[in-house]
Amino acid sequence: MHAMIRAIDAGGSRLRWFCRELFGDAKYERYVAHLRSAHPDAPVPDERTFWREHYAEQDRNPGARCC
Amino acid sequence: MSQHRTGESGGPIPDEDAGLPPVALTDAERAEDDGRRRGLKIAIWIAVGLLGAVGWTMLALARGETVNAIWFVFAGVCTYLIGYRFYSKFIEWKIARPDDRRATPAEYRANGSDYVVTDRRVLYGHHFAAIAGAGPLVGPILAAQWGFLPGTIWIIVGVIVAGAVQDYLVLYFSMRRGGRSLGQMARDQLGRIGGTAAILATLVIMVIIVAILALVVVNALAESPWGVFSVGLTIPIALFMGVYLRYLRPGRITEVSIIGFVLLMAAIISGGWVAETEWGAALFTLDKTTLAWCIIIYGFIAAVLPVWLLLAPRDYLSTFMKIGVILLLAAAVILVMPNVEAPALSQFAFTDTAPVVTGSIFPFLFVTIACGALSGFHALISSGTTPKLVQKERQTRVIGYGGMLMESFVALMALVAAVTLDQGIYYAMNGSAAATGGTVQGAVDFVMGLGIAGVDVTAQQLTDVAAAVGEESIVSRTGGAPTLALGLANIMKDLIGGTAMMGFWYHFAIMFEALFILTAVDAGTRVARFMLQDSIGNVVPKFADNSWRPGVWITTAIMVAAWGSILIMGVTDPLGGINTLFPLFGIANQLLAAIALAVVMAIVAAQKNFRYLWVVIVPLALTAVVTITASMYKIFSPNPAIGYWANHFAFRDALAAGETSHGTAEGVEAMSAVVRNTAIQGALSILFVTLAIIVIVTAVVAVLRSRRSPEAVDTSDPPVPSRTYAPAGIFATVNERRLERRWAEEQPDALRARGH
Repeated sequence: MHAMIRAIDAGGSRLRWFCRELFGDAKYERYVAHLRSAHPDAPVPDERTFWREHYAEQDRNPGARCC
Repeated sequence: MSQHRTGESGGPIPDEDAGLPPVALTDAERAEDDGRRRGLKIAIWIAVGLLGAVGWTMLALARGETVNAIWFVFAGVCTYLIGYRFYSKFIEWKIARPDDRRATPAEYRANGSDYVVTDRRVLYGHHFAAIAGAGPLVGPILAAQWGFLPGTIWIIVGVIVAGAVQDYLVLYFSMRRGGRSLGQMARDQLGRIGGTAAILATLVIMVIIVAILALVVVNALAESPWGVFSVGLTIPIALFMGVYLRYLRPGRITEVSIIGFVLLMAAIISGGWVAETEWGAALFTLDKTTLAWCIIIYGFIAAVLPVWLLLAPRDYLSTFMKIGVILLLAAAVILVMPNVEAPALSQFAFTDTAPVVTGSIFPFLFVTIACGALSGFHALISSGTTPKLVQKERQTRVIGYGGMLMESFVALMALVAAVTLDQGIYYAMNGSAAATGGTVQGAVDFVMGLGIAGVDVTAQQLTDVAAAVGEESIVSRTGGAPTLALGLANIMKDLIGGTAMMGFWYHFAIMFEALFILTAVDAGTRVARFMLQDSIGNVVPKFADNSWRPGVWITTAIMVAAWGSILIMGVTDPLGGINTLFPLFGIANQLLAAIALAVVMAIVAAQKNFRYLWVVIVPLALTAVVTITASMYKIFSPNPAIGYWANHFAFRDALAAGETSHGTAEGVEAMSAVVRNTAIQGALSILFVTLAIIVIVTAVVAVLRSRRSPEAVDTSDPPVPSRTYAPAGIFATVNERRLERRWAEEQPDALRARGH
């Protein structure tokens, strides 16, 4: 019984991880991690600013979607 | 003792960092993995081969008895598995020659935004969501007119030898070049003329593809208050999601997607209620021309609005729906196991009289089913976007080749939806309004007049089906989307809800197709505008500045006018629109594939890898022959039903002779419209084929030059040693898992795609 709950729990957290990565929830964390390791002195933007800049970049550089 | 291939860049890779665990398996370790449980693996592959063979046999040889749709799943999936395991590995071994000791652009150019090391399983989902849209859902529906077998063979065999090869190699070579775009690679490999022709062709093709996708939506929503209401509601839903993400909870994308999905379902259900009310029917019943103008205006506004407000939330919804719909469709076919109603090969296979898309199987089947078997558009995603996210070189095989196999499966399921429909209903829905007159009795006469053995339809049947799905009429609902929707509703009703739920499932299908297409219209307009800005920017530098709003508005208006005029031409075409225009869509998409494959061929030849160049030549020759032949038919065929110019002159002569009706066009005005439309369609055909021939010829010249040149030319970026590790496939092998664990233990903070 405990093993089953653990398995469901593990499956749930894997699913959560997958969705966060696939849809992009985790983008900000990744960016912060990148800044910390590559440019430790650079200021870290807050999440709101990060997403604004992210969409502004897409405005400047549109990418194609397929048919 | 391990032997690594150095791949296309001959230079040695600098020594690995002494402090790190290995960043790649050695050849010996991979061979050890391959050899593990050899007997069991051989047995499994024999079983897969046998099951696939049974599937194919049932599809190909069953005559006179009903065929079950489950065999499509077996034939398809088993063939995909074999193609992936053996052919894609062969291509990896002989052409790509990846080297995991080299860092990918995601690693050596990491910037936290567009160059990001991404987990392979996540990237597979990403890439699939970016390549798959409405295309693979529409083409197979129209191609069902030739019978189920030709389409099935082309979808499955085509993807193995052509579509997936293109996607994989474009992704791989772009990754080796820092994620360079197809246009840039064309310029590098083919020189200025070939490169310019490739970029111009991409722009024109983008316009025609957006126009015809928009035509599919117009045809699906015309005279359908339910559809117009629920698809219309997606706009406020997307706006709400955009505002939610920007001001309320930035970054909570999964959360807002779930909210959006629930609202979407509510929109579908409430659409049924609204359509039943008098005011709802009066307000939301729109004709084709009005709808076309709505989409044109929408297209302009959407493309100049900021991404966060409309495009990004729509994208999230699309991704959510795409994955859900594919799982649903596959599960439904497997659980319901519907019977196939269409013949293996219809009587239209080798004639010019086919009613849905004019022309015989060769070449027109191969251009009608573009997405799902070979889609040039994917080359734009496989270069530029995805290659900047790949973690390890070896993963390109599962993402590029494997991603395309999934799209092929979607196309196969769409074909199943069409061929499990009653054939009388199929033809009543897909006969052009010019042929059926748009009336139930006209449709009955049209279907009976086709003279197909065993196919009949009654007026009662047609009105009953229309009532079941909550539509005024299902006669001449061309374009593929309504037929797919009915086919899906027909299968799903046996799984959930019965006949009472058919209206919901029908409008659910219309909804997701419209969602995919409106996203593609928005994004396609933006990309086309961007390319135009770039081109005009060479002459008037101010236009290249993306933040100069008047420049953005002017170029957007030009691109919207370009596809909008083709759309208006399609909806007002006296000959029916989709059946004359759809071949242009397929031809355009396949010509883009020819261009992409020509660039790949030039790259492989430059490496002096002539021995295995056939892997690229085969699909290139196939698509070149198909599209150039199809273009020639469209340009030169003396049969007015096929040749644009033949039709053009037939109508001009009729007008000159003072006739007031010709064929299905009544009145001088309609006849003049045909004269104008055929001239535009004919001119576009000439433009496409000329550009594609220029690109192919410059690629062949590049190959011949490489043959003569004494040494291999390498246009890839110089190698940088990798400092990360991840397995190649979706599932890790024993040695891969061992190495992964070692990384986790020794380098817990190393650059990794997975969070903690």
